[in-house]
Order: sequence, then C-alpha cells, then structure tokens
Amino acid sequence: MDSILALEDGRVFQGKRFGAVGGVAGEVVFNTGMTGYQEILTDPSYAGQLVCLTVPHVGNTGVNAQDPESDRVQAAGLIVRDGCIGSSSWRADGDLAQYLVSAGVVGITGLDTRALTRHLRAGGVMRGFLATDGSGAEAAVDRARSAPAIGDLDLVSRVTCERAHAWREGRSGLLGPASEAPAHGPHVVAFDYGAKRNMLRLLADAGFRLTVVPAHTSASEALALRPDGVFLSNGPGDPAVCRFQIETIRALLGKLPIFGICLGHQLAALALGGTTFKLKFGHRGINHPVRDERTGTVAITSQNHGYAVADEGLPESVEVTHRSLYDGTVEGLAHRELPFFSVQYHPEAAPGPHDAWDLFGRFAQMMAGGRPHAPAARLRSA
Amino acid sequence: MPRRDDVRKVLVIGSGPIVIGQACEFDYSGTQACKALREEGVEVVLVNSNPATIMTDPEVADRTYIEPLTVAAVARIIERERPDALLATVGGQTALNLAVDLDREGVLERFGVRPIGVNRRAIEVCENRELFRRAVEAVGLEMPGGEFATTLDEAEAIRERFGFPLVVRPSFTLGGWGGGVVWNLEEWKRLVPHALDASPIRQVLIEESIVGWKEYELEVMRDGADNVVIVCSIENFDAMGVHTGDSITVAPAQTLTDREYQNMRDAAIRIIRQVGVETGGSNIQFAVEPRSGRLLVIEMNPRVSRSSALASKATGFPIARIAAKLALGYTLDEIPNDITRVTPASFEPTLDYVVVKIPRWAFEKFPTTPPDLGTQMKSVGEAMAIGRTFPEALQKALRSLETGRYGLGGDGTKVVEPSRLSERLTTPNWQRLFYIKHALLAGWSIDEIARRTNVDPWFLRQIERIVAIEGKLRAFALEDAPDDLLAQAKRAGFSDRQLGVLLGAPEEAVRERRHRAGIRPVFKRVDTCAAEFEAHTPYLYSTYEEECEAAPTARRKVMILGSGPNRIGQGIEFDYCCCHASFALREEGIESIMVNCNPETVSTDYDTSDRLYFEPLTLEDVLEIVERERPEGLIVQFGGQTPLRLALPLAQAGVPILGTSPDSIDLAEDRQRFGALLAELGIRAPEWGTARDRDEAHRIARRIGFPLLVRPSYVLGGRAMFVCWDENSLDSMMQQAVAASPEHPVLLDRFLEDAFELDVDALCDGRRVVIAAVMQHIEEAGIHSGDSACVIPPYHPEVARHDREIREITSRLALALGVRGLVNVQLAIKDGVVYVLEVNPRASRTVPFVAKATGLSLAKVATQLMLGKTLDELGLAEAPRAAGVFIKQPVFPFTRFPGEDPILGPEMKSTGEVMGVGASFGEAFLKAQSGAGIELPGEGAVFVSVHDRDKAGLLPVARGLQELGFRIVATAGTASYLRGQGVPAETIFKVNEGRPHVVDQLLSGEIQMVINTPLGAPSYYDERAIRFTALQRRVPLITTLTGAASAVEAIRAARSNGLSYRPLQEIHAR
Repeated sequence: MDSILALEDGRVFQGKRFGAVGGVAGEVVFNTGMTGYQEILTDPSYAGQLVCLTVPHVGNTGVNAQDPESDRVQAAGLIVRDGCIGSSSWRADGDLAQYLVSAGVVGITGLDTRALTRHLRAGGVMRGFLATDGSGAEAAVDRARSAPAIGDLDLVSRVTCERAHAWREGRSGLLGPASEAPAHGPHVVAFDYGAKRNMLRLLADAGFRLTVVPAHTSASEALALRPDGVFLSNGPGDPAVCRFQIETIRALLGKLPIFGICLGHQLAALALGGTTFKLKFGHRGINHPVRDERTGTVAITSQNHGYAVADEGLPESVEVTHRSLYDGTVEGLAHRELPFFSVQYHPEAAPGPHDAWDLFGRFAQMMAGGRPHAPAARLRSA
Repeated sequence: MPRRDDVRKVLVIGSGPIVIGQACEFDYSGTQACKALREEGVEVVLVNSNPATIMTDPEVADRTYIEPLTVAAVARIIERERPDALLATVGGQTALNLAVDLDREGVLERFGVRPIGVNRRAIEVCENRELFRRAVEAVGLEMPGGEFATTLDEAEAIRERFGFPLVVRPSFTLGGWGGGVVWNLEEWKRLVPHALDASPIRQVLIEESIVGWKEYELEVMRDGADNVVIVCSIENFDAMGVHTGDSITVAPAQTLTDREYQNMRDAAIRIIRQVGVETGGSNIQFAVEPRSGRLLVIEMNPRVSRSSALASKATGFPIARIAAKLALGYTLDEIPNDITRVTPASFEPTLDYVVVKIPRWAFEKFPTTPPDLGTQMKSVGEAMAIGRTFPEALQKALRSLETGRYGLGGDGTKVVEPSRLSERLTTPNWQRLFYIKHALLAGWSIDEIARRTNVDPWFLRQIERIVAIEGKLRAFALEDAPDDLLAQAKRAGFSDRQLGVLLGAPEEAVRERRHRAGIRPVFKRVDTCAAEFEAHTPYLYSTYEEECEAAPTARRKVMILGSGPNRIGQGIEFDYCCCHASFALREEGIESIMVNCNPETVSTDYDTSDRLYFEPLTLEDVLEIVERERPEGLIVQFGGQTPLRLALPLAQAGVPILGTSPDSIDLAEDRQRFGALLAELGIRAPEWGTARDRDEAHRIARRIGFPLLVRPSYVLGGRAMFVCWDENSLDSMMQQAVAASPEHPVLLDRFLEDAFELDVDALCDGRRVVIAAVMQHIEEAGIHSGDSACVIPPYHPEVARHDREIREITSRLALALGVRGLVNVQLAIKDGVVYVLEVNPRASRTVPFVAKATGLSLAKVATQLMLGKTLDELGLAEAPRAAGVFIKQPVFPFTRFPGEDPILGPEMKSTGEVMGVGASFGEAFLKAQSGAGIELPGEGAVFVSVHDRDKAGLLPVARGLQELGFRIVATAGTASYLRGQGVPAETIFKVNEGRPHVVDQLLSGEIQMVINTPLGAPSYYDERAIRFTALQRRVPLITTLTGAASAVEAIRAARSNGLSYRPLQEIHAR
C-alpha cells in the first residue's frame, strides 16, 4: 500500500502504485465501460480528471498504436481495482503500467473501486489528489481541497491543436489499412475543442475533406476557409467558461450546416440561448441508452460528460431530438429551421457501440441539402 | 409500443427431463416466462413432462399439463386449450424442435396458433448449417469452411478436400451429441458412421478444425422495434475444441480490446437481424484466431439457452422474463430494469466483478469413458462464482463444485500424476486446471503452457498469481503469517481450508486467526450497472474489500442452504424444495435468504427469495453469511447432501438449525446408531454389518450369506454400490467401496432378492405424522431408488395388505427421530415381510413428484412445520389421495457414454425424470415412457433374453405380448423354455452363433423391442452389443421383468382406448 487517493471530503483510499511516481490533483470521476481503457486515457475530454474504471481488471490487452484517441494520455490519473502487469493481445505492443510510466501519468490499483464509485454516486464527483510518491493522507486531502474546481479551468486551451491542419485519414479495419477521404468531398471545418481521432476518422469516412482548426479560431477565420459545413468536437470541462467559442458558434449558426458532439453540442446549445448545468456524477460509460424521440428507436451509446444541456431555456426553435433513458436528460438537439443538429453522446464510440455511426452520414445528408430532422436510417452495415 | 392485444392465451413448452445439455436452466427460464406473461394478464398453458420443476407447480401457470413433449400429446392439448400463441423459446432445443414439428405437421395452422418470439424460418436457419452459412455470409461475415455429408462416401470426399483435423457435427442433436474432433483416419472411421446414425436426418457437418482458437459468446436481445442490446459477453477459458457446456467460462470477456469487442458486437447484431429472430434472446458463438484476431461465426441459438441462464445470473438481467415481455410486443425501453427500478431494460449490463463458471462432471459413474473433453458435452451440472477478480472467482468456483477441492490446490488433495503432465495439458480434460497449476510449479513458462493448452496467457498469468501467493504462504506457520499476506490470500480467493493446509493448522484455527486480524469478507451487490444506480435487489456475493453493502434488515429471517451444482443423484428436485421453502417463508412474512452457487436454478433467481447470496456452500462461506445476517435459523434439510454435510459443524458453531436436529440426521446416516434404533423399536431391517477391510467383509458374508448389498457410507446416489452374488466378487467390490469413501466403513446388507421396494414420503411435526404418499418401485430390489420407475398409488396386492404396517413403521421412525419437516423411508417387502432399508429425515428426491401427484405441496408444509407450526394448526389431517395413476420414470445419459453398458443397478445413473399421468397404470406407464423418449411399439417382433432365474417371471409377459399380436424371438434357451410352456417363440442366433444374428436384425429394423435381463459374465459381450445397438437404434430396451410387464400393460392401454389429457388444476380440483 504505497499509494493513496484522497478526496476533498476527507475520504481516503489506499492502494498500490500503477504507473508513474508522483502526485496529481483532479476531478474524480468513474467510467462504467468494460473495454477501451486506452481510448479513455487518451480522450482529451478527460483532461484534468482522475478516472476510476469500474471494471476490475484493467490492462489485460496492453496498449497499441492504433487505439489512442489523441497524441498523449490526457487523463490526470487512473484508478483501478486490479491493474494488469503484462498483456495478452495480438494487437498489443506494450503494457499499460509501462505506458503510464512513460507518459508520466500516475495510477493506483488495488483499491475498492466499487466503494469509490458508490461514494461518488452519493456525494457527486469531487476533487481528489492521487499520490504514488508516499504522500501522507492528511497532506493529500489538503491538496485535494486546494485543487481548482474543474469549472474554473480553461481545459480546452490545453488540449486543442496549435494550428489548423487538414485531416484525410479514415477508419482502419482491424486487419486492414486506413481508408482515406476523397480529395473532392465537401469541405468541413472541424473545431477542435479536444477532438477524438475517431470522430475525425468517421467524418473522413463520411466523405468530407476536413480542416481541423484550434478552439480559438474565430467565425470569420473559419468562414475564410470557405467550408461547406462546420463540425464542433467534444472536449473537456465546463462549457459555460468557453465564452469565445460560444460567440463563434452563434456567429456561424444559420450560415452553414453545423453538427456538434458533446462539448460541441453544449456550446451550440448555449449559443442558441440555452443553458447547461453540472450533473451530479456525470454520464461516463458505453452502455447508455438514448432514445430518438422522433422514431422511438434506442441506441446504446458511448458517453462522457459531466455537464448537460437543460430543457429549461431552450428556445422554441430548438427541438430536443434525443433523450437519455437513464435520467431523461437532453441527448440531442436540432434546429427547426436552421441546418443544425447535435448530440451529447459519442456516436464515434471508441470505445463503445457503433449504434450511432449513421449520424456522420446524416451530417453529409444535411450538407447535401437534406432535411436536418429527417429520421436517420438505422445502422445496417457497421 | 403497446403490447399486442391478439395474444390472450399462450402455450409455453418446457424442456422435459433433465439430460446432459438441458438442465434446470430451462426451469428457470420457463418459470420466469410464465410469471412475466401472467403479469400481463395472459392466460398461460404449460406443457412439460418433468414434474421436478417449479414451472410445473400449479401456481405458476393457469393450466399445467405434465405430459410427454411429443407432437401427438401436444396436439391434443392444443386442441383442448386453443391457445392463440406458442412460446417455444424458453424450453431449450426440445421445445424449439417440437414447435418446428407442430408447425410442419400442420397442427399450429389447424388450430390457429401463432409462434411468438421466433418463427419457424429463423429456427430452421439456425439449425441448418447451410442456411446459416448463407445468412452469415450475406452480412459479410465468415464461418469455418465445411460441408455436409449424408453418406460415408460424401464424408470421404470432404475429408480429402480439407484434411485433418476435422470437426464432425451431426445435425439436430442435443449438446453436440455424436460429434467430435478427428485427428486421424482411425478416429475418423470410428466416429463418422456413429455421427451419421446420431443425426435424426442422417446428416453430418464436416468442418475444418479451428481447435485452439479463442471462443466467445454474446447474449443478444432484440425487440419488435429492432432495438438490439448485448446482455453479456462470455469468454471461454478452454479454447475451441471443448464444448461450451464443458468449458470453464468467464464473464465479462477479458482479453478483447474495445475494437475487437465492438466488431463482435456489430457481427452479432447483423446476424440476429439477418436470421430474423423477431423478438427475444439469442446466443451467438464466435471463434477468434489468437494471433491475427480473425473472427469466425460458429453458431447461433435463436432462444434462451444454458448460456443465457448463466448470463442472467452473471449480470442480473433476467433474459427469459424480458424475452417473454418482448414476445408480447413490448419494446426494451418500455420494460423496467427491476434491479435499479429507475432505468429501462434497453441498456447493456456492465459488470464490476468477474464471474467464473466451472462444469461438474460425473466420470466416476461411467468408468469406461475416458475423462477427456471434446465437442460432445459430458458435464451434468455447473457451479458459478462471483469475485472481484478472476483468481478470486476461480477459486470460489472450484470450492463451489463440491468435488473435495477448496480452491486451486493447496488444499491437501492431490489429483495430478506428474508423469502425465505433458499429455494432460495437451488433451483437454476435467482436471486440466490442476495440471496447469502443477506445470507452473514445475517451472514451465506461460508461453509453453499456453502453446499446449491454448489457454490465453492472460488467464495463465492470473493462475500464476495464485501459485505465487501459495508459495509465499508455505514459508509461514499460521501464527507468524503476516496479516497483509493473509488478506492478500483471501482477496485471491483462498479458502480457510487451503490456508490451513498451507500454514499447517486446522481450518478453524485459520478462521479464528483471521477474525482476530479483522480479515472478514464484505458483500457486494450484483446490480447490472457497476454501482451507477442504486440496487434495490439484495443479490450479493462476498469479497475481501473495504465496503460492505449487505445492509441486513432487522426482520425475522431464515436462511436456506441450496443444493449446489447438479450431479447425478442430486439435482433439480432439491432446488425445487429449496424454492418452496422460500415461498413458504415469504407467505409467513419471514424474510427468506437463499445461499446457492448453481446458476441454472430457480433458487438463484434474484426474485425467488428476499435475499440471495451467490456463494459456495462450504462451512466457511456459510458461517460468514450467518455472521452478517444473523438469521433465526437455517434450513438444511432441503438441499440434499450438500447442506446436510454442513449441518453438524454449523450446529457445533452455534448456528441454529431449523427442523429435525442435525443429531437425528446423523443418527439416520450412521449405521451403528440407526441399527440400534431399529432394534430398540423392534423394526425389521435386512441383516447387516460394517466392514473396514476384506477379512471383516468375509466374516460378515459368512454370517449373513449371499447375495449381499455392498456400499460405502456417506455417499450420494449409490456411488460404488454393488450387489454381490458370491465370495469371488466380494474382494473387488470391497476395494471399490473403500476407495469411494475411505474414512467410513463399508456397509454390507443382505440383499433381498425378488423383493419389491417402496418409498414413503411423510411429514412430521414431532407429535404426529402425515403420510404424503407411498410409492411402489416398478423395478425389483437392487436398482437404485433414483433409477427405478415408481408409481402412486402402489398396485401390488402385498402393499395393500401391509398398508397399516407401512404407515406405522414410518410414523414410529419419524417420531423416534424427532422429525420436524420431511422424512423419507425406504422399505422392501419380501415373502410377506416388511423391511426398512433406509430412513432419510430430510427432503427426498421424490418430493416434487409426490407434490404433483397428490396436489399437496409438502415442501411448503414442511417449512411451516420447521417454523414451529403443527399439523393440526395447518389443518392437515391426512394427505389427499392421488386422483389417478402417476408414474415417475427416470431418464438416463447412456447415449453420451457409448462405452457404458446401459443396465440398471444399485449405482444411480439417471440425470432426470418425467411423470406419466393416466387413469390406469397402463396409460400412465405409456406416457411416462413416451415422456422419457421411448415409444413403445404397437406391433412387430420382440426379442427376449432373460437370466434363468427370470424365466418363470417372463412367462406372463410373453403371453401378454402374444395376445397383443407380437412375434416373440429369443435365443435358443429362452425360446425352447417358452415353447415348452406353450408360447410360440422363434429362435434367433446369438452374436457368436451365426448370421443373421440378433444384432443384425436390430440393425435392419426387424426387432421393435428388446427385453433383456442381465445374464452375468459369460454372455456379457454378446448382451452388451444387443443393448448398445438397441440404444443406438432407439429400439425400446427393457432390462427388468417388472419393466417388461409394465410395458405390456402400457401397449394394451394404447390399444384399448384414447389417452386423456388433463391439467393439474383439474386433476387436483377439489
């Protein structure tokens, strides 16, 4: 027991080091997915967070070069019940513990992750301090308490790309090479608030030429690229602090088709006059049912958000197209007149089910002049 | 989507008797489905031939038919009941096949019955490999290469094309029966003809082998709006090549990356849509090449399966219940998740624990069958365990099996033969886990073991962790072992027993030391959602961590110990009793707490009891639960030997045991004490003695004389039990009996030749006794009571003559033993004298049968008695009389063990039972046979060959057959005897006498029934060939004279009048 996780409310969990030596503060959250730890660790939306995985064995399949969702480990730290030493997968080219060490990311193993999860469920997500350097419990609790709240951090600036760049790479098959976007497809400007690679890959597969632009790109800068459509990516933190981005979206709405996911969805909702709020313990997992309110069909979705769009305050012109069957919260929006739609969940999966891959195709339809609210065809050829 | 309003009355088909490949899981699924349908106001008509099921309780359905699962019987029931719809997806392959037959023969159309859930087309696609292959390829997926053969020539051509190894799979057989992996020409020549015969349509699939690939299963559910969810992923520890039912399996899958898992998920969804399963659950199996990830589809079951029962228990997602609701037209998002209450069923359960299932085999019952595993399922039951990690769950599962193991070795038992290590790793076998452990101890590398076993290195590394902890422990004595090492060991699933062996101390001392150090288990909940939502159902498992979620209540509460994994001799009958105990407690307003580890059962459904602990049934595990729950008492007399073995140690530990005292239970089992009691009461028993060695045995034999019944004490199901006819065979029988139970003396009883036996089930409150039923065995003495057909009411005039004496003996024994609850007495009548053979002051195997025959739920009443009620208070003066004739017929697994001689004896071999109901003995016997899959012939030739001492008894049978117009053929001796008595009989060659001989005639279909009582050693091989051929050709084979006489009566009944079909609710209407 050389490591501890201390929470701001004073609760302390003991465990063993699994990763780098050090100490880090962050918002403690839990994810209930049973697969996809490498994707989770590298998802920029987890920036600033200490991620507890509820599945007990983590690291079984090691790490590989295909699965990261960004160029580095983004989570502040990892909390598991049983971190695996070594790996077993034909895809693996390293093991997780070593990967964390190389990335300088702290992790802890051997603690009662279910107790922690129940604690967070009851008390809400909270700040914590994860120490693998022998820090004492009292000091660690102090560090947790003195850590900034996630809503006070400008995390998007930390994870967005530095400069605009083109993206052509599509999704690769498990056994084959990656596809490539056609050279003459519609041009989409993708705002990178912390975009996951698979989002960009699926946009490429939908036939778009992408220009990925930094989060601080202005509306006029974006329009100067002469896009046919705009994509708003996922990202970390509280949407309400992203005032510049909200303004940018407000300026773009109605000018050209827009599709937003997760943080992109929240920012668009704010731009449309809606409000957002912090969920008690968020939605993080890959088993979340979302109902398409227009067709009644249900998709099992990948989710990762601590904030949500409130029903109250949404203008008449905006329709709630999707809802969570867990808690009824807003999971999708569409504008009744303008070419805009967005979802709170992650259709790009990675990790998670591919039930909603068709949304990327729907964006293509919308850009081709189709009605934005047309019910999507069901996924047949995942 | 609102539920469809055109479904008001549904026929549900059960799965029939427990056989290898189809066990209690279909009682669980059928019961859930019936309950779910009735909640919706649907009238449920149920047909199942198995009386030992909860689903056939009259309270579960509106109309309950315990009748054969044949087209003829079910067509009559449909005609009588006129259901709107048929739900055939919860009764295993049996129900599905029957539904196809009913449809094919036009029964469904004639009476306007629509199949719901799955249609015939989808069933046929899944059953027909070629159609299935087309469906799989249509959605861009692959199957292993292979083709069908219907003749040996076609098979040869396919073999030449693909080369060895090949997998041979007969079409339309249960649990892969008749198939296997073939590595060489010799095996090929042996297996292929057998496989062709096994298939009812003489078709085999010959496939390229993917032995050694990783094997996975996904449980998929689809609703009428085309929403699909994956309920559970299961990864097999044993690679492809071992039948899933014989594989150790793990949930959730452990060695897939998300991309691989999602690809598999996509594949499953595409397949279920393509095959066109409209609503409900399906199970799809996949193989993954471990070095490239190449994914192949293996097969699909368009119904609830063994794996879906496991998946339901592993996740808390009630697949059968939801499937029934979906069949009524609901969509997944309209059905609530009972565990969280706030979320719907349209989600995918997520696990924050690991589930391990290990099968339980009965190779000791079938000594000539090699204990190796292949594509044909051989296990008779399974145990499941839940832990927070794989090592913990694995060791808990091992001790749940009750095979004398308390974890992965280190428990003082040795099964490994080091000289066979290499071979035992390479050939899959039931003890391979222990060989893997041994290989690790012997310094083999993970890679080398993985190469030999094809077990994924991840699993092997987890086992290595167990081995490493064991190594650390060995360095210490109990008192100086560090606390954190003990805690680490407990977290890895080590039992106190193992720690005791490793630390050189008794188990109790380990427990005491552990408790002193504050190392206690906590209980966590199975909640479908990894704690994301609050769980409202106390479905619990133990682990060694920080936080306990047991939250015991302050209510009055009673704990029921279940019966553990199914095995021959202890199966569904005991689970039935445990469930009834739970129902009775609930009715009394007392909280019921179930402890069990068998995932197939109704008792481990999370809503059967108020609280469920899915835990091994060992003293340690039970004590820890008792400590947490503090129940006012434990019920141990319903779960068979499993809880009985714990009764004394629990009582010694101060745990209150309800009902009959553990001391009385022990008294009845201890031959010396029991003998003294009988003597004191002046009740006659066959002369007996106990021996520990050969000399003693011979001394007793001289005193009592032959024949002798030789049996070990404290064993179940007649293990190593023999009838010994002479001095010569006594030694070897003694040897085997001693080996079966070395700590206890061997019992030798005078064998009552030509006696007939009775079973009596009774209830006692300590003051008064109510006889629930007297059952007469149809087979004569010497056949294990579990293997003997038995009938209520008895028909032998001797029984009527001794009725008062039988009742009196039962009452006096029950009162003398201070029984509070159930008691079972086994008696024999020989030459007008009544003998007591055995008394069991506990639930017997016949309790559910008696309940179905009399309408009296005796397990429930027994529970009330255990709680202190009296028979008077319950108003039970006398048991109701059975209205009609009820016959319990056992079902045997001989076709699974082709080397075994299918004869009956003192060692129990049946896996399950059916009940035949009729107005006459003949009708009931006919239905019982039909329910057991034996269609007695209406005409033709009967081959008879009997032991000399049976010749006189054969005469009335032969006359009866003659009157019914059968031709009788017999070997020379029997034929001349019959002719001498005026019965025409044709002589036929024995196998070694010339041709065509009897086996030739059997093979060419010229013989319709075989009556063969074992002749003993000289003709052993000849007889075996006859019996085996009959079995293989599905020619009714009767090995006892009384069985033969009953068959004659049954054939007569079939001739004389139509059969009647009435539901239990009518039979027992008063």
